Amino acid sequence: MTGIARDGEALKGAELEGRLDRTWRPAPGLWGWLTTVDHKDIGRRYIYTAMTFLILGSILSVAMRLQLARPESGLISPARYNQIFTMHGTTMMFLFAVPVMEAAAIYVIPLMMGTRNIAFPRLNAFSYWTYLFGALLLWVGFVLNVGPDAGWFMYTPLSGPQFSPGKRTDIWAQMITFTEVAGLAVAIELTATILKFRAPGMSLNRMPLYAWAILVTSIMIILSLPAVALCSGMLIADRLIGTQFFNPFEHGDPLLWQHLFWFFAHPEVYIIFLPATGFVSQIVETFTGRPVIAYPAMVLAVVATGFLSFGVWVHHMFATGLPRLGYDFYTAATMAVAIPASIQIFCWIATMWLGKPRYATPFLYVIAFIVTFVIGGLSGVMVASVPLDLQFHDTYFVVAHFHYVLVGGAVFPLLGALTYWFPKFSGRMLSEGLGKLAFWLIFLGFNIAFFPMHITGMLGMPRRVYTYPANMGWDGLNMLSSIGVGVIVLGGLVFLANVALTLRRPRDAAPNPWNAASLEWAAASPPPPYNFPHVPVVRSATPLWEQGPLPVMTGLRVDDRELLITTAIDARPDIRYPSPEGTIWPLLSAIALAALFIGSIFTPWAVVIGLAPLGVAFLAWFWPKGSPTAEPVIE
Amino acid sequence: MTGGGGLQGEQFNRLFTLFMGITGFFYVLVIVGMLAGIAIRGRAAGTERGERLARTALLGWIAAVVLGLTVLTVGSYASERRVSAAIPARPPLEVQITANQWWWDITYKNAVPANELRTANELHLPVGVPVKVTLKSNDVIHSFWIPSLAGKQDLIPGRVNDLLLLPTRTGQFRGQCAEFCGTQHAHMALDVTVEPVASFRRWQQAQLAPAAPPSTPLAQAGHDLVMSQQCASCHAIAGTPASARFGPDLTHLASRRSIAAGTLPMTRGHLYAWIADPQGVKPGNNMPYIGFDSAKLHAVVAYLQGLK
Repeated sequence: MTGIARDGEALKGAELEGRLDRTWRPAPGLWGWLTTVDHKDIGRRYIYTAMTFLILGSILSVAMRLQLARPESGLISPARYNQIFTMHGTTMMFLFAVPVMEAAAIYVIPLMMGTRNIAFPRLNAFSYWTYLFGALLLWVGFVLNVGPDAGWFMYTPLSGPQFSPGKRTDIWAQMITFTEVAGLAVAIELTATILKFRAPGMSLNRMPLYAWAILVTSIMIILSLPAVALCSGMLIADRLIGTQFFNPFEHGDPLLWQHLFWFFAHPEVYIIFLPATGFVSQIVETFTGRPVIAYPAMVLAVVATGFLSFGVWVHHMFATGLPRLGYDFYTAATMAVAIPASIQIFCWIATMWLGKPRYATPFLYVIAFIVTFVIGGLSGVMVASVPLDLQFHDTYFVVAHFHYVLVGGAVFPLLGALTYWFPKFSGRMLSEGLGKLAFWLIFLGFNIAFFPMHITGMLGMPRRVYTYPANMGWDGLNMLSSIGVGVIVLGGLVFLANVALTLRRPRDAAPNPWNAASLEWAAASPPPPYNFPHVPVVRSATPLWEQGPLPVMTGLRVDDRELLITTAIDARPDIRYPSPEGTIWPLLSAIALAALFIGSIFTPWAVVIGLAPLGVAFLAWFWPKGSPTAEPVIE
Repeated sequence: MTGGGGLQGEQFNRLFTLFMGITGFFYVLVIVGMLAGIAIRGRAAGTERGERLARTALLGWIAAVVLGLTVLTVGSYASERRVSAAIPARPPLEVQITANQWWWDITYKNAVPANELRTANELHLPVGVPVKVTLKSNDVIHSFWIPSLAGKQDLIPGRVNDLLLLPTRTGQFRGQCAEFCGTQHAHMALDVTVEPVASFRRWQQAQLAPAAPPSTPLAQAGHDLVMSQQCASCHAIAGTPASARFGPDLTHLASRRSIAAGTLPMTRGHLYAWIADPQGVKPGNNMPYIGFDSAKLHAVVAYLQGLK
């Protein structure tokens, strides 16, 4: 073993950091940008891309609110409006919400676990490119007027070949395939990272609640995405090669689509919401200066939400005429989701009582989260009831409900988390003044826009209408909603201005500016390519609040990319493991895959022909390197 | 609140009040709890007693939440069962509604075929009489919903659904397709009239009669145009050769409240607008632009206005 440089007493400080930097830093210039497999580079890229789609999706919502501000408005044609609301839902769900939650985890989780990189870092790069190409396919299609127009839920037979001729729906369905591949890849990386890459001593019961949320979310992605892969694949087959899965006139069944789609799409809501609860837990811990109370109850609540989310999909189908007794089961299951949610809400509030809250911007977002998400949760209890749902279903009441859940329950915590981790991402603190101004505009605008929709829905206004008659009692409420959206836009602009102004300032953030307890705050701000000079060792659930310097473990190779793998439950050091270098092949594989997917919209032969370049790219990617293999830790 | 015109609507209002009460109670509890936590400004921080109290309170909170959810679940089941118990499974009146992109085809079922009444886009119901609405679709999934009567049911191609209604209040209501069904989903409304049994019977008798023959030379010219141009290849007018079923039945068109499934109020001017340029009024709908010159347009409108 002589001749191999390892960190330790003989090698530490600036000398160690310099050598680790040479080993881990991506290649310089454009080549490095294309070949990097650093989780921070990919994570940042993922976050920027997903936030871009948040902006694009929001522009679409502004267009819709302009059209709906007045009754019988002729601003936007029905065909265009239907594309806009389809693109809004698709963009927000598939290109913003799920990817941004994964993106934040790609950046934060390896740091929080105290490791040097994510598991399967090349797959991570491949995932990003695949996501980007799928997103571009959809948006280029929309700009060229072949955007989808049958709703983000794509109910058959409306989305089938007979009622949606042309390529619009095909583009949507293949975009889904791209995001499935990307999403599954990230879920697998995060599961492996959380279970095997934790710092020594970070047993499962010392893991931050955010990591628990991401672990459960990742497993949910792995279990639910196959359902949408199946149904979008069947839809493509119906449309392109003449199968009849969903065609009722050939003994297919349009309801099969709804079952498969919602078996994915309801868990998807929790795939978006659970990471947000993780954000909330981290922010509450940091800004109250104490751990969230009842840790086991919090973990069980997250796990229970994950389980229950797979048993509620039929509550989207209460009006389809399925057997009544079945409905009763789904009513009870949906109501039951409120139990773990209420446990979490209680624990956060009790933690505020027992801690010393500091009202910095991230914490304000947590308060806004509780004020709005609980409204969304309680209106969710209402739509779980069949008699109430049969009145609310497909009305603006439901639009209000799920925006309270998804904006209140996920976007507010996300904005809080972005503010919270911004010094870690960028080395700079966002301005508190501008941050609070943006917060108040977004919070008030959101409530002005979406609260009235509960009432418009109760007054009978259905969803997904491009216009509505005057004198139904909906006019004033719709105008109010449109004004509220204007206020949100102002808030969003202030938020962006805050980010832009801050990025022009020199780096000034300390490693742990909020005095937080979890490991990502032990790394420099922003972290170097290798994250930590020595592997940190964890002796409690709040390692940075312990007395004395953070204990470390030494002995990892410095001249090669090496990681420590620990056991899944107790996080005992297990083996040293080589982490791959940057390479161009994930990008080339993603390009080959994109050619295959996009080509298949036009001819089924693209699948056959496209396999050749994809196979070559994969072969080059996986070609054995003869580099060091995993070896056990010698203590 | 929109419900209240029918049995489901009344049940809805009662159940909604229960839900508002219980969920409102919990919301107030959460907000007050949070505000109190903010107000005490960390004075409870770090105390052993506080920790213990919080754990006990968590158990109490879970018990309260479970109790509240149980009441709501049972209340919801009870409300639903009460509706099914109140309406006989085979009510005296059966209406079959078939949805099309973007209009409603309505048939009042009758054991005697000659007494089977077919109309479109306007539903009349006798007050206090239970009715079974049978729901089908000819193309994509639609959803039948009259907010004032409450209750909603999808119309799914290849399936037959039904919905039992019991209107309890007379009045004119607006129904609307609730499931996104394509370009003109927004203009797929249904005019609903709930009226006393006697006036319902009169309406039924009037609608069973064949179409009124044209009464003026202009209307006669219009009749001839409707029969000879494209109109008759999609629409049916009872008592004339026009008997196609691709578009709404026009036999008593002028007696209805609106044109094109609630798109325009039924007036002479709107009839002109609709026939002159259906795609301008309801873009994307399946009625083509015919291109009548003004003389022909006058004649066709005169004939259609006579179809009382």
